[in-house]
Amino acid sequence: MTTLGSVIASPWGSVLAIGAMAVVTYLCRIAGVAVMSRVRLTPRIERGLRALPGSIILATILPVVIDNGFPAMAALAAAIVAMAVTRIDIVGLLVGLGTLSVIRMLG
Amino acid sequence: MSPALRPHFSTAGLRHGARAALPAFPGFIMFAVAFGTAAAQKGLSLGETLGLSAFVYAGASQMVGLEIWQKAWTPSTILTIMMVTAVVNARLILLGATLQPWLKDEPLARTAFNLFLLTEAGWLVGTRYHGEGGRDVGVLLGCGIILWLVWLVATLTGFFAGALVPEPRRFGLDLVMPIFFGVMLVPLWKGAKPALPWLVAGIVSLIVHALVPGYVFIIAGALAGVAAGMLIE
Repeated sequence: MTTLGSVIASPWGSVLAIGAMAVVTYLCRIAGVAVMSRVRLTPRIERGLRALPGSIILATILPVVIDNGFPAMAALAAAIVAMAVTRIDIVGLLVGLGTLSVIRMLG
Repeated sequence: MSPALRPHFSTAGLRHGARAALPAFPGFIMFAVAFGTAAAQKGLSLGETLGLSAFVYAGASQMVGLEIWQKAWTPSTILTIMMVTAVVNARLILLGATLQPWLKDEPLARTAFNLFLLTEAGWLVGTRYHGEGGRDVGVLLGCGIILWLVWLVATLTGFFAGALVPEPRRFGLDLVMPIFFGVMLVPLWKGAKPALPWLVAGIVSLIVHALVPGYVFIIAGALAGVAAGMLIE
């Protein structure tokens, strides 16, 4: 085994693994800012970026919610309605979680 | 443009951000407790568990990392965990891209620290504040600092006392993150037409999720949304 291999096989391997995960994650965190500071903002790119926050949210939650079936969809709908009415995020969250636990209790 | 609308930084903003992060606490606590518990069951040491939460600090990739965690590492297993982490966390690139206009005049060191603490939840809180006209970078940083601390404490709690959380499913806590995300969609709503790309993003993510294992659906959906936004005048 090479020197590098024996170091990695020792308990230091965990430190290296965590370090490797931390480095690639941090690169992901800074890459967006670094790239965008070099891209000239045309109206087209601006439109794309404006669509990004909502797109990320839907792309993240839609598959998860549909995988979890009717209770999750009803809870999400209730949360959105509560938020739209009150504009208080913690209220929307609690209504959503409450709806979910009631449906599961009855189901 | 009024001075309040230019990006700036204040300690009042830090406090405001820490308070604004409150709705994200349940999701963070739930997820980090689950991670701490799973890590302890998997046989990780306290140092390894806290190290992952403190320095990687990206929930999904920490969980996936546990799946492929090794007792004895080789160069190839390290490379594998690195690549898996990169794929799971590639979505953070997009979050950073949307923050760039807000952060561009900030000192580099503070931005480097601010981005180290970047998570979806913090980004959502910051994006909502920014969407309502706020430009105090302190809000983003305050939110990031408090959430990181909550994450560490909850990881620690999970490592030692995970068994004390009774049936998190009963309280709907397993879906707290998607519901919180859905709630944060409301302040972003500016009418049906600007939301058309979101629809594209949702449909593409569903298709990719059905066809490709893993977390690629997030990236694919988000990029489809951006493309749609660029194409729709």
